[in-house]
Amino acid sequence: MAINEYSGVVNAGDLPDKPAPMRTEGIVAWIRDNLFNGVFNSVLSLVALAFLLYTIPPALNWLVFSANWTGGADACRANPDAACWPFVTARWEQFLYGFYEKSERWRIDILLAILAFGIVWLAIEKMPLKKYMAIFMLVIFPVLAFYMMFGTESALKGIDSTLAAHAASGEFAPLDPLRKLLRIPFAAADLKTVETSQWGGFTLTLVIALSGIVASLPLGVLLALGRRSKMKIISLLSTIFIEFWRGIPLVAVLFMATIMFPLFLPKGVHFDQLLRAVIGVALFASAYMAEVVRGGLQAIDKGQYEGSMALGLPYTKMMRLIIMPQALKIVIPGIVNTFIGLFKDTTLVLIIALFDLLGIVQASIADPNWSIKSVPYTGYAFVAIVFWICCYAMAIYSRRIEEKLHTGHKR
Amino acid sequence: MQSQNNSSNMQVSDEVVINIKDMNKWYGNFHVLKDINLTVNRGERIVVCGPSGSGKSTLIRCINRLEVHQQGLIDVDGIELTNDVKNIDAIRREVGMVFQHFNLFPHLTVLENCTLAPIWVKKMPKKEAEEVAMQYLERVRIPEQASKFPGQLSGGQQQRVAIARSLCMSPKIMLFDEPTSALDPEMIKEVLDVMIELAKEGMTMICVTHEMGFAKTVANRVIFMDEGQIIEENEPNEFFDNPQSDRTKLFLSQILAH
Repeated sequence: MAINEYSGVVNAGDLPDKPAPMRTEGIVAWIRDNLFNGVFNSVLSLVALAFLLYTIPPALNWLVFSANWTGGADACRANPDAACWPFVTARWEQFLYGFYEKSERWRIDILLAILAFGIVWLAIEKMPLKKYMAIFMLVIFPVLAFYMMFGTESALKGIDSTLAAHAASGEFAPLDPLRKLLRIPFAAADLKTVETSQWGGFTLTLVIALSGIVASLPLGVLLALGRRSKMKIISLLSTIFIEFWRGIPLVAVLFMATIMFPLFLPKGVHFDQLLRAVIGVALFASAYMAEVVRGGLQAIDKGQYEGSMALGLPYTKMMRLIIMPQALKIVIPGIVNTFIGLFKDTTLVLIIALFDLLGIVQASIADPNWSIKSVPYTGYAFVAIVFWICCYAMAIYSRRIEEKLHTGHKR
Repeated sequence: MQSQNNSSNMQVSDEVVINIKDMNKWYGNFHVLKDINLTVNRGERIVVCGPSGSGKSTLIRCINRLEVHQQGLIDVDGIELTNDVKNIDAIRREVGMVFQHFNLFPHLTVLENCTLAPIWVKKMPKKEAEEVAMQYLERVRIPEQASKFPGQLSGGQQQRVAIARSLCMSPKIMLFDEPTSALDPEMIKEVLDVMIELAKEGMTMICVTHEMGFAKTVANRVIFMDEGQIIEENEPNEFFDNPQSDRTKLFLSQILAH
């Protein structure tokens, strides 16, 4: 046949499906392909393996196998070269509640139970009424939590004195019926005041972290929208706000909230220290959140805006129904990243004399009854484990949400 | 597709629905649209064609204010397009638009894509909106895809959903911005068929397209644009068989050459 003669191909197109070729799987193949596929990688693998063999068994030994699990300080003193878990079991109430009044700790128990219940409810895929549960957890629960932790005593007093003053002067106040209505649950609960200076431990960590998380997302969304706004003044103000809070270290924010801020307040005005710290943390986190959300907004195709506008959707509805759901979905990893960072940053409140989990553990270590070599290490290991569990739980939850929101291939 | 012009059996009324007068638009210093004058009567099917960058998309995007014109008058169904948000919203409710890249909402199902605007803009009850949406999805022949997400459909199917989504707002006018340009050749027909049906039902349509077969079959008027101006405007037979300007002749020779 001549080389340039081409006769064309006609295929019946009825080739049967063949099974896929055997895949080279199994542990041996995997190890060969991933760990020893070359001299350099083989050396690296061996070095890493040696390092793990050198560090992990002693660590496990210290933490688990030869650790003191029972007994008291004396048992630990007898075996000082391993973890001293009795220190944690003896102190766990303080680690959890801080200096919260003992007789009132049931209030925290109830709140923790509601919190756990709500989180589990929202985490389980097929649960009914999720929307209402989310609204409850985000709107009602924080208010409930505040009054249960702080007590209703002072709120009740405030309402009563206002009502009494109005009654005495005969002044007509349109909000009085509302005050009377609010008085009912406050009076019924009648919880005594527990000052925020007594709050501490893991409870305080949760209070600061959850307030920061719940406040920073909506604030961050607003700031991101503000920064992208076509109105120059709004855009400028948002940018200044974001760059201000992003530009200063959290430690400085906390110091300013504690030491400087009261200087600007008029004499006699009291502004709770914990509240100041929480606001500082929330604003700090919201600046980061704003930039994360802005990243998501920038990833949205112009066509989505045009498609919405052409259908006659006004700006707020377009943002709420079309743009934000997609933008937030894209940046779930970034949002959770910020949440996790925020959660860990709460330990910095230590420097303004608030005793969060780390702070209270550190304070307990100084107890002379427990002045044993292994106790500080055990305390810090405990804090690390608790933080890791919380942060990893957030990471898993975010991955599940991402999978759930995946709606097929993007164009 | 029929090459015969059968647009004679479609009614055009005397009522003017779009009136564009001496309209000019600039992007910065670049003059994109120059002295545009165009009136469209109810029931007209207008095809806008021209080389890329000639301003044809910009022109139809001005009609529902996706682009802002700086000079002249645009009047849609008796409402003048100004900066007044009320007018803009009112016009957008009456004008449907189909885009080259569909612009479906990927996080919503096909059905939710269709019911979104009726529910949130027209305040239609959800159940009624779903019934209406299913009717239109049947008309574009994909009711079975209602619960899927746009990302799971082919390009042709997505574009038909986009048409159904617009129709759910019962628009008086439909704008098509190169509806078949992003489609694989074998999917173009399914979209054009839907558009032809729509035209037969008397919908007022302005369509930017390079599908000259469609123009011959459906259009009652073809507009040729170049460099921001309307160069030539005629009924399809005259336009294709007897083009007047040199630019039109050149354009037609280029697109009909192969």
